[in-house]
Amino acid sequence: MEKRLDAATMILPMFGIGLVLMIWTALSLKVAPDLPSPLRTWQESQNYILNPFFKDGEMNQGILRFAFLSLIRVAKGFLLAIAIGTPLGFLLGLSANFHRAFDPVIQVLRPISPLAWLPLGLVIFKQSEPAALFTIALCAMWPTVINTAMGVRSISSEYLNVGRVLKLSPLKKLSKIMIPATLPYMFTGYRLSLGMAWLVIVAAEMLTGSPGLGGFLWQEYNSLVYSHILLSVISIGLIGFALDRLMSVVERRFKTA
Amino acid sequence: MAYLEIKGVGKSYRRNATGASADSARLAVLSDINLAIDENEFVCIVGRSGSGKTTLISLIAGLLEPDAGEILLEGKRISGPGPDRGVVFQNYSLLPWMNVFENVYLAVDAVAPHLAEAAKRQRAEHYINLVNLSAAMKKVPRELSGGMRQRVAVARGLAMDPKVLLMDEPFSALDALTRGTLQEELARIWMETQKTVVMITNDIDEAILLADSIYTLTSGPGATLGPAVRVQTPHPRSRAQLIDEPSYQRVRRETVNVLMAGRTSSAVDSAVEKKLLH
Repeated sequence: MEKRLDAATMILPMFGIGLVLMIWTALSLKVAPDLPSPLRTWQESQNYILNPFFKDGEMNQGILRFAFLSLIRVAKGFLLAIAIGTPLGFLLGLSANFHRAFDPVIQVLRPISPLAWLPLGLVIFKQSEPAALFTIALCAMWPTVINTAMGVRSISSEYLNVGRVLKLSPLKKLSKIMIPATLPYMFTGYRLSLGMAWLVIVAAEMLTGSPGLGGFLWQEYNSLVYSHILLSVISIGLIGFALDRLMSVVERRFKTA
Repeated sequence: MAYLEIKGVGKSYRRNATGASADSARLAVLSDINLAIDENEFVCIVGRSGSGKTTLISLIAGLLEPDAGEILLEGKRISGPGPDRGVVFQNYSLLPWMNVFENVYLAVDAVAPHLAEAAKRQRAEHYINLVNLSAAMKKVPRELSGGMRQRVAVARGLAMDPKVLLMDEPFSALDALTRGTLQEELARIWMETQKTVVMITNDIDEAILLADSIYTLTSGPGATLGPAVRVQTPHPRSRAQLIDEPSYQRVRRETVNVLMAGRTSSAVDSAVEKKLLH
C-alpha cells in the first residue's frame, strides 16, 4: 500500500494536538487553578520521562518501569481472558442449547463494571494481585467470547460441506476448518479484549494500590502532585493506542480470502 | 444392475412464504427422479437455473436427505456424505487458509489415512500435475484465477479416488475461453482415470462434448428428469469435429426439445433460455 504524506496529513493532527494543549492551558489559567499547565506538567514530570527506568522505591519509578508493571499485569489478565473466552465462544457458537443456557447469564455479566468486580475479587482471593487479574479477565473476556461465537456461527457452509464430504474426524474438522475459519473473528475479539483489559488495569491498580501506571496515578492524587496524574493519563493513552495498533496489525495478518 | 441408481427420489423444502395453506406448506423441488448410471459413464444433467440441479447433486452427495425414494451406489443405499462420492462444488469451496497442495492433501489424508506420509504427498502431487497446476502448488486460492481454482477443486475431487465424481456446474463461473480449455482437460482426465462422472450444467454444448448420456431436468417446482439423450460420438471429441457431425445437431435439437417441453411459463428464466436456444 502506498502512503501519502501530503501537507494535510502532517499538519492537521498537529493542529488537533495544539488545540487541545491550548484548551488545557486556558483551563489551568482561568478555570481550575489546581490543574497544572502543560508546561508545569512537563517540568515536574521530565525526570520520569527522561529517566524512564529509574527506581526510587515501589511507588516512585520511571514511567516505562510503571508501564512495564502495568503491561505485565494486563498481559496476565488478558491471557486468562482469552484462555477462558475462546473455548467459551466456541461452545456458544457450536451449540444452540449451550447458547440458550448461557447467553442470558453472559448478557447480565457483561455490563458489570470493574469497580464492581474488584471488591468481589478481594473477598474471594484475599490478596490484591489475584483480585486484579480476576477483574481484568472477567471484564476483558466478553469481546472474545462474543466475537468467537459469531465467527463460529458464520463459518460458511461451503467449508463445512468440504469437511462432510471428506468425512473429517471431529478433531480434524476443528483444526483444519473451524478454527482457521474463525480466526479473523477471534482476533477482532482479542484486539477489543486487550483494549478492555487496558481500561480495567487503571481501576484495578487504583483500588489495590499496586505499583503501575494506575497505582502511581492514585498515589500522586493522594500526595497532591497533580502534574503526575496528567503524566499517567497521557502515558496510559499512548500505550493503549500503541497496543491497539499492534493488535490490528496482527488481526490483519489473519484475514483470509 | 446399474452402478449408481436413483429410484423415485423426491425432495421438498419448507415454504417460508406466508399465506400458504397448510397442505401446500412444502414446496416440491424434485419429484420422482429415476436414473441409472453405469460404471465409467459420463452423465450430464442439463437444466435451467432454479430447476433443482444443485439439490439433485446434493442428494447424490448425501449432503441432503431425500424425502422419498432412495439412492444406491453399487447396490448399497446412500446415507450421508462420504468420500466414495467426490464433489466438485460450483463455487470451488477451496479452504482459503491452505495452499493448493494442502487443499488436495487434506482430501488424500482424509480418505487414505493409513498411507505413509510420502505416498500421500505423492498422490496429492500426482493429481495436481494432472490438472496442470504443479507450478502453483504453494499458492493460496486468492492468488489463483477462477479457472485455476476450479482445477484445484477437480484435483481435490479426483484425489479422493471416489467411485463417482459429482460436479455441480463446475465451469459456469468461468469465461468462455477458460471454460473451453477446462472442458477439454476434463475430457482428457476422464479418459485417463475412467471415473464415473455425474455433471450438472446449463450448457448443452458442454454436455454434448463430454457426456455419454444427457438427461434434462424439467423446470421446477416438482422438477423431474426427461428421457436420456445418448451421445454416440466416440471419445475423444473435439468441438470442431462435433459441429460437422450430423448427430450433433440431432442431439442438440432433442435436448432442447425435452427442455422446452417441460417448461412452465412462470419459471422461465429468459437469460438461460436464450443461452440454450442461441
